[in-house]
Amino acid sequence: MTNRRLSIAFTAISALVAGGAIASADTINAAGATFPAVIYQKWFQEYHKAHSDVQINYQAIGSGAGIKQLTEGTVLFGASDVPMTDEQMSKITKYKVFHFPTVLGGVVVTYNLEGVPSLNFSPDTIAGIFLGKIANWNDAALKKDNPGAKLPDLEITVVHRAEASGTSFVFTDYLSKISPEWKSKVGAGASVNWPKGLGGKGNEGVAGTVKGTPGSIGYVELLYAVQNKMAYGAVKNSAGEFVKPDFDTVTEAAAGAAKNMPADFRVSITNAPGKKAYPISTFTWLLIPSKFDNAGQKNAIVGFLKWMLTDGQKFAQGLSYAPLPQPVVAKEEKQIGQIQ
Amino acid sequence: MGRTQRRNLLNNVMLALTGVCTFLTVAVLFVILGFLLWNGFRSLDWNFFTKLPLSPGETGGGLANAIVGSGITILIAVVIGVPVGFFGGVYLAEFGGKTFPMFVRYTADLLNGVPSIVIGIFAWTVVVVPMHTFSAWAGGFALSLMMIPIGLRSTEQFLRAIPSSMREGSLALGATKTQTIMKVIVPAARQGILTGLILGVARVAGETAPLLFTSLNNQYWSEKLTEPTATLPVMIYKLAISPYDDWHRQAWAAGLVLLGLVLIANIAARWVLARGAAVQRG
Amino acid sequence: MAGTAIIAAPPQPAAQKFIKRLRDGDKAAHLITLIFAASVFLVTVFLIFELWIHSSASRGKFGLGFLFTTTWDPNAENFGALPFIYGTVLTSFLALLISVPLAVGAAIFLSELAPPKLSNTCTFLIELLAAVPSVIYGLLAIFTLVPLMRSYVEPFLKKTLGFLPLFKGPAYGFGYLTAGLILAIMTFPFIISISRESLLSVPREQREAALALGATKWESTWQVVVPYARLGIIGSIFLALARALGETMAVTMVIGNDTTIHSSLIAPGYTIAAIIANEFAEATSDIHHDALVELGLVLFLITIILNASAQLLILATTKKGSKRD
Repeated sequence: MTNRRLSIAFTAISALVAGGAIASADTINAAGATFPAVIYQKWFQEYHKAHSDVQINYQAIGSGAGIKQLTEGTVLFGASDVPMTDEQMSKITKYKVFHFPTVLGGVVVTYNLEGVPSLNFSPDTIAGIFLGKIANWNDAALKKDNPGAKLPDLEITVVHRAEASGTSFVFTDYLSKISPEWKSKVGAGASVNWPKGLGGKGNEGVAGTVKGTPGSIGYVELLYAVQNKMAYGAVKNSAGEFVKPDFDTVTEAAAGAAKNMPADFRVSITNAPGKKAYPISTFTWLLIPSKFDNAGQKNAIVGFLKWMLTDGQKFAQGLSYAPLPQPVVAKEEKQIGQIQ
Repeated sequence: MGRTQRRNLLNNVMLALTGVCTFLTVAVLFVILGFLLWNGFRSLDWNFFTKLPLSPGETGGGLANAIVGSGITILIAVVIGVPVGFFGGVYLAEFGGKTFPMFVRYTADLLNGVPSIVIGIFAWTVVVVPMHTFSAWAGGFALSLMMIPIGLRSTEQFLRAIPSSMREGSLALGATKTQTIMKVIVPAARQGILTGLILGVARVAGETAPLLFTSLNNQYWSEKLTEPTATLPVMIYKLAISPYDDWHRQAWAAGLVLLGLVLIANIAARWVLARGAAVQRG
Repeated sequence: MAGTAIIAAPPQPAAQKFIKRLRDGDKAAHLITLIFAASVFLVTVFLIFELWIHSSASRGKFGLGFLFTTTWDPNAENFGALPFIYGTVLTSFLALLISVPLAVGAAIFLSELAPPKLSNTCTFLIELLAAVPSVIYGLLAIFTLVPLMRSYVEPFLKKTLGFLPLFKGPAYGFGYLTAGLILAIMTFPFIISISRESLLSVPREQREAALALGATKWESTWQVVVPYARLGIIGSIFLALARALGETMAVTMVIGNDTTIHSSLIAPGYTIAAIIANEFAEATSDIHHDALVELGLVLFLITIILNASAQLLILATTKKGSKRD
């Protein structure tokens, strides 16, 4: 009886393996940031429709995990909202890592307060909340920026990321720039020692927790707040204006970088100058190897990148991201040419 | 109140309390089933079983690839784990000496006690990294490690339970030891062995932690065993912690399917065992 | 005559003899089954070896202090295990605190009071609970238990017991207490099932002797039967504890994932299994990776000790039962 069972199992397995060998599309595996996950999924789907032989399986496991899996070689390319450091890049010896900015996005401060559809946040308030110093929604600092709002006597539940996140990096990078106390106590990074709060997994996890927890506050990419009809605040930028994240304000934040983009595309645009610039904006990058062993994979990636920089950009606005500035696109097309 | 009366009162109260305890613990099972049925049943439609997952906001997606993926990883676990558990158990019951079987039993118990997330770490280190890919193989391997101790222990137990008179009778008739084992002893113990194997499958079917960084996940069909694979438990986790109501619905449905499969396997195992015991007594 | 018989059979070369024995199958069967059994041994040893090697950077840098440091800072590459050991132990302790009275009570009912059919049916149903996957408990907990805790239970505890540091802080719904509760539910089946067996194996004479001396049923049960079976019951508690310590999914979905130690029970926390699940896939620096593996090693060690103790206790109780007969 065991023999029969075993032989059935073996036959099934062989069929699967054989079937796999005949399969048409060769799946390319990629992993990384949750920040742009929604538009990446859309892109890979659309690109697959046009080119049925290119199937890209993207797993949104966080920027840190994307970098790690790229380093270990378990995925073909990665995605991250925090550029790789020199040290991280030096660990990959097989090839150089090219950073390809894909879209612009905004990290919003989202919260769950009934009856309060909109709030203004000044930088020190945000730092104070996430440091744990401002612990209640009816704190004086919040009242000052929101004279008309009905702020309840409710403890603030802080929600941050549980894992290494590019979104966290952007957020803490911003906080380090505007708050010396944050900079010395916590600092900027994909993974920091958060003074307080619950940890959610991925942008979705944070959004899920904030959405379900009254009185909570967290930071997520704009699209997650929009899709889930969650409230998010206007943040006071370096010019002193309370600015809500949207297409125009995020694009303006990138204006300076568009003109002076470094050659390796690694740049931070938080707290950017500009009257209407949204201060917690960022590029997000695909981490692409500079050379591929497999010509088929190389052609697939190169083809996708070219599509992404042209047709792909058209999807950005509809999904609450902003497309790349034209000078950046031109520079990236040159970088594509360097891929071997 | 007299002492006897007090004691009687205490008696009645405490005994009643134990009844309440039982009621509560049994009720939990029904509460769980109830919630899953209530929330999950409505989401079980044809799409659920046939379509691939869609982006958030788009309705009509399903978890077809996760269902198949779970089946595949469990199948791999069975292919690796069942022979090891079975033949290992045969060795312990029929062939082994004194010291080596002791080591084997001890390490099997150790293996059984390894936390499932640590099994995941091990599988990542020895399968995913050398293969340079997340895969169904890695996930199946991790699950097989959890199946092996169960199969090993139950096979040995049920083989040992067969009276030695059967062995002696067979050998007296001229059969070799191998023939005795395969044609007399194992068939006699097959109910128990089968139970152990089914319980092993039921145990690993719902495991999530070992799959998190071995089979990872996949939005498409995994066409090769060397690709990341979607599985029900991992999908349930991902869907449950998300903010999308549509995904929550799917999580309930997937939970219902998964629980249904696990409960059926458990009940089947018990039924097989009970039947086997009845037959032997007769 | 004997000489002829011996000369008649030509001497067989050793190889032919071996092949003959192989064809009989026994040697081969012995070898094959030995290989499978050995593979179990080898893979477990290999697993421990790998855990040891892949935690070397962290063990080297932090030494034993790792177990007592509270910082977990991937940026500064400073890692300490205490918050996670604390969370693991605390949630398991809370789980047992809640589950042991209920489970032992149910076991007593099922073994002493319930008619056999009811007892068997209920035990069957409770044992099915053991089969429910962790992620499904987590799914249920997020959408039912957490809101319940946040809206009713925790505010109630804060109102009544809020003067204790154990119940200070905001009512998140996520936290040690919620994790402890869900773990309690997950451990019922083990304690009930094994305790019931232990109680059933207590010889009838013990109960009858107590009743003959004038004890009430409860007194007989609580003062005679349960103590007699206590080793088995305690063993089942250890087993349940070992299971609770290793639980990953249900815990990470409700504990709040906070790397700081909090004294309040309703505060968010972390367990070893939960942080490995969240951070392992992304640990880029060697130290971070090794620290997580070291955490896994610590957890494994704790479960080894517990499982061994449990088995000794359960063994002792069954031996005891049969000896006294």
